[in-house]
Amino acid sequence: MESANELLTILPLIIIGAAGLFVMMLDAFTGSARLAYLATILFSAAALAVAVSDLFGPMGESFHGLITYGGTSSFGMVLVMTGTLFSVILSRDYLEKTGMHIAEVYSMILFAAFGMLLLVSSNNLVTLFLGIETMSISLYVLAGLVKNHKKSVEAALKYFLLGAFATGFLLYGIALLYGASGSTFLVDIAATEDKGMIYWAGVGLLLVGFFFKISAVPFHMWTPDVYQGAPTTITAFMATASKAAAFVAFILVLSRALPDARADWSDVIWLFALLTMVVGNILALVQDNVKRMLAYSSIAHAGYIMIGLAAGTDAAYSAVLFYLFAYTLMNIGAFGIVAYYEWHKGYDFTEVSNYSGLGFKQPIMGVLMSVFLFSMVGIPPFAGFIGKYRVFAAAVDEGLISLVIVGVLASAASVYYYLRVLVHLFMKESENGIVLSRPGTLYTASLLILAALTIFFGINPGVLTDLLGSFWTVQY
Amino acid sequence: MDAYVHLVPWIVLIPLAGFLFNGLLGMASGTFREQKNLIGGVATLAVFIPFLLALWLFFAMSGDSDAATVSLFTWIEAGSFTTDIGYRLDQLSLLMTLVVTGVGALIHLYAIGYMAGDEGFWKFFAFMNLFIFAMLNLVLADNMLLLFLGWEGVGLCSYLLIGFWYTDMAKSDAAKKAFMYNRVGDFAFLIAMFMIFQIVGSLRFEDILSGTGLFTTDQVFIIGLLILIGATGKSAQIPLFVWLPDAMAGPTPVSALIHAATMVTSGIYVISRLSPFFMQSPELMLFVAVIGAFTAVVAATIALTKYDIKAVLAYSTVSQLGFMFLALGSGAYVAAMFHVVTHAFFKACLFLGSGSVIHAMHHVEHKLHEEGKHVHFDAQDMRYMGGLRKYLPHTYKTFLIATIAIAGIPPLAGFFSKDEILVMTFNAGMGTYGAVYIGLWAIALITAFMTAFYMFRLTLGTFHGEFRLPQKFSEAKGAEEHLHESPVTMTSVLWVLAALSIVGGFIGIPNFVVATFTGTADVNLLSNWLDRTTMDADLTLSKLVEWFLLFGSVLVAAAGIFVAYRLYEGDQLEASDARISERFGAMYQVWSDKYKIDEIYEGAIVRPTVRFSERVLDVFDKKGIDGFVNFIAAAVRFTGGVVRYFQTGMIQSYAYGIVLGVILVIYMLLFR
Amino acid sequence: MLEQYIPVLLLVALAVVTAMAFIVLSRLLGPQRPASNKLGAYESGMDPVGQARDRYSVSFYIIAMEFIVFDLEVIFIYPFAVRFQEFGAGTFWAMMLFIFILFLGLVYTLKKGSFDWTAVPLQDEQSQESSYKIS
Repeated sequence: MESANELLTILPLIIIGAAGLFVMMLDAFTGSARLAYLATILFSAAALAVAVSDLFGPMGESFHGLITYGGTSSFGMVLVMTGTLFSVILSRDYLEKTGMHIAEVYSMILFAAFGMLLLVSSNNLVTLFLGIETMSISLYVLAGLVKNHKKSVEAALKYFLLGAFATGFLLYGIALLYGASGSTFLVDIAATEDKGMIYWAGVGLLLVGFFFKISAVPFHMWTPDVYQGAPTTITAFMATASKAAAFVAFILVLSRALPDARADWSDVIWLFALLTMVVGNILALVQDNVKRMLAYSSIAHAGYIMIGLAAGTDAAYSAVLFYLFAYTLMNIGAFGIVAYYEWHKGYDFTEVSNYSGLGFKQPIMGVLMSVFLFSMVGIPPFAGFIGKYRVFAAAVDEGLISLVIVGVLASAASVYYYLRVLVHLFMKESENGIVLSRPGTLYTASLLILAALTIFFGINPGVLTDLLGSFWTVQY
Repeated sequence: MDAYVHLVPWIVLIPLAGFLFNGLLGMASGTFREQKNLIGGVATLAVFIPFLLALWLFFAMSGDSDAATVSLFTWIEAGSFTTDIGYRLDQLSLLMTLVVTGVGALIHLYAIGYMAGDEGFWKFFAFMNLFIFAMLNLVLADNMLLLFLGWEGVGLCSYLLIGFWYTDMAKSDAAKKAFMYNRVGDFAFLIAMFMIFQIVGSLRFEDILSGTGLFTTDQVFIIGLLILIGATGKSAQIPLFVWLPDAMAGPTPVSALIHAATMVTSGIYVISRLSPFFMQSPELMLFVAVIGAFTAVVAATIALTKYDIKAVLAYSTVSQLGFMFLALGSGAYVAAMFHVVTHAFFKACLFLGSGSVIHAMHHVEHKLHEEGKHVHFDAQDMRYMGGLRKYLPHTYKTFLIATIAIAGIPPLAGFFSKDEILVMTFNAGMGTYGAVYIGLWAIALITAFMTAFYMFRLTLGTFHGEFRLPQKFSEAKGAEEHLHESPVTMTSVLWVLAALSIVGGFIGIPNFVVATFTGTADVNLLSNWLDRTTMDADLTLSKLVEWFLLFGSVLVAAAGIFVAYRLYEGDQLEASDARISERFGAMYQVWSDKYKIDEIYEGAIVRPTVRFSERVLDVFDKKGIDGFVNFIAAAVRFTGGVVRYFQTGMIQSYAYGIVLGVILVIYMLLFR
Repeated sequence: MLEQYIPVLLLVALAVVTAMAFIVLSRLLGPQRPASNKLGAYESGMDPVGQARDRYSVSFYIIAMEFIVFDLEVIFIYPFAVRFQEFGAGTFWAMMLFIFILFLGLVYTLKKGSFDWTAVPLQDEQSQESSYKIS
């Protein structure tokens, strides 16, 4: 039976699970959102610390092979907890200013984080499914947090219905793979000998399930509606932590359950990466709403990341992990600043034109936004550049030249919509005489940390890439 | 050496810390900005502590120590290309570090007094620290890329500090001009770097210097030429020297530090650093020498005609840098570095002395205005000065010492270094292209005469005779009572630099001077020190010839001083200039017009470019490129508009999309 | 081959005949007293006439959802209960943890007033205000 040592391998999960329950009880008995916030920060920070230290620990399996720990999984946990911690810190100010600060938010975030942690440490399709569902259901609730705002409710309902629809495919895929291989363990599926129709249909449906979670085109359509409708800091959480978790799990499945079928799924991912990059970027170009633009930008980023998956080598996987880290940092940052501007005027204050002249009113925020957006464009010396560069380089090594060319062109096009925000922030006259208040110290500090990390890992990526490479037997 | 090399990152990082401290706190807090002693103290310490560290390294090291490198972290890695933030400690880089931090610390100290009244006090010191940081990166880098980073960094700081009083349009234009000219050079330098990487496969100096055999002679010539163009930009040589005199728009400590003592010598440093590479091609060396000699003489002739004391010093700097290039081209890297060091001492002293004078003149103008007298004059113009030795005794004495040093009178610093350059040029006359080198030696000798002449013209015109301001303006009668010596923080720095100008030359006493009496000698400390890092040409002259050359250069300097004294002692400044102008006629006009180089560039490059841009590029840009870009943008937006129709907001259509995707995935996997 | 299916055919025929027979018999034997309620469709005790989009009390759904949760709990507990002596202590404590977590859920809904039929169901103070204060 599970010894104490086995429990240690899932320590972040235990911490976050207990935290979720604790915060829920805190809400039930005190109803204090402040307390819930504090508890959430403490627990998340603890889980993050454990996950970071696990990065340097051993890798292996526990719980009869249901769970995988260390290495990629621990890095997935770091991604999830980074996303969680920063979204939580940013949430308080934003939710308080917009009158939505209720304790349930934090327990739902924690439950979602629990699902994500389970997802990134799953070594079995059932564990994986449990993780995805725990995560998704919590996210459905979070999306509908603004109960009396039509867009938010609509977002939640759409997300829920389509999520359920996609989950159906995923579950069916799992069932078919079980039918073909006789097991739900990733390693056993890799050992399937009879690769018949059932097997391939199972693989296909599994891919579909993941495509939905990472919002690849044409499974992406929920993304802009949900990202726009949900409260902004929750969007930050969804866009970063859940995306990162889904990608890490995707990597685990592709590399552990389907390594032999690489030639086949690689083509599929190739096509969908192409579609995702092209459609994501084109649609981002025509958006006037910053949140919606960022939603499409996150679709576009998913496309770039999928290039790495299509390459499917060890180097590509470790590059994708780095990209996810950069992606997490810059997206939380950007959404954090959108949230900051938003709380001065209200829910719909997210149009690009609203931002005219705001850059100089609180220069720190304007500059930070520039850092995050430049990093998203992929300009050195920011982490986004290194991420893109590594993914593209790994793909070139695998001969996916045409895909990389599309990727590079797409990122060139993306300059337009990212810079458009900056043009409005810094080069247009302010129209409405809006006065920006100073954000709280912790709020500014966490954004500064995100920006500092973005720059640090842009200048000195070696620290991280060496570590990630060691998970995947890659030597740089 | 390996144990000590770990000090090097601290040397570099402490000025950065100073920059961050003053910059960030200054940005954040208004009350901090008023703490001028704190700001200036921190900034000075941030340079002085690295100086002490460098001094420690100096005593720990000897002439035959091996070069050591230390790497902070891997900066860039792309495929086979990796570059570290890494520093290289050897005799050459340590020498430069000592000069940069030593002279730098003195000038920081001086600037506390000089800038005391300025609003941007904190900004000034933040930039100065940033400059030191960039400059140390430049001299200590162990690879060309980091060197280039420092190279660009000092360019940036130079730009920021020339345009420090940016509200004055002329000054910010001067900053832009300096930046542009540097860009031209930087571009060439960058291409040279690419080519070196192409051939050697690395940008580390170790690899480049041990891989000189990989280059063909043509490649050496072309790459060397590109590096030379880069160096002419940074070190203000023909054809890119015109920015330096304009750069005097910056505060005087900046002129002293950046535009006399340190940054402008970085071109010389780079060529010395790559000396084994340059020695491969005699043609290249000749080219360097020719550029140096011509720059020296051209700048010296212009300096003869100027009245602005900082302009005279600026042209004198260009001229002295020309001497250094001449030394480089003659294969005398030690002599070049020697002159870099001594020049840093006496030119910093001269500039700071001129700063002290300008300070006093400004004060006079200010006082006169307070008395309600509307006298407007240029505080840097010699014609309004004269007789200042009575009022600024310390400034006068130090200025005079530095002037004698630059003129080349033994045993002061300038004599030894300049003499060594002349000897080595003559020595090069014995080798390949000997006749040309002899010609260059003659030019250099004439320039040495002019140097002594115009420097004494400057000193006599400024400090001797009568105070001329009251003669020029009737309202300014009695203005001399407002003249006063600068505070002790400033004059003490002047004295330290003056002392260095006196004794600085003893680090490089020519061996033959002692050898004549003792048979053999090994007294040239600098030459021993740099023995391992630079690759000097062999000295083949006999002792007799060397003595002859030595006395020749002393004689020439003395003649220059004598003529200047005859002409300018006793308020003869403008009268004598008029006589010279008459004597030389059109030639004098050419000198005074600075050879019309600015006008030539304006006419030959700037205006045609502007016209071409307006007539062709602008039209092409608007019609062609903009049209194309607009077309693409419109096409994309149109496509986006069409695709957007699928994003209906209706959940059915979303589900429809998913189903289509599923069919596609299944189809691809099942029916391959 | 086809002979094998004769019993199936017979069964189908029997079913059809029986059904027809009962319909005919009830027509013949039963009393005929029609009324509007009797002629209407049977809908689980609800009034089938009127707007389909009627409002129900939210509490109705909450109870329904909680019922499902605890109903499903039984599905886990039942097989465990049948075999738990073979599983050992670890499984026992795992099941206890599971039940405890569910119990916390129950406490939560209780505290939030989901069984309090008299109160306005499940609305907390903050969300009743306009969601965005314009400052």
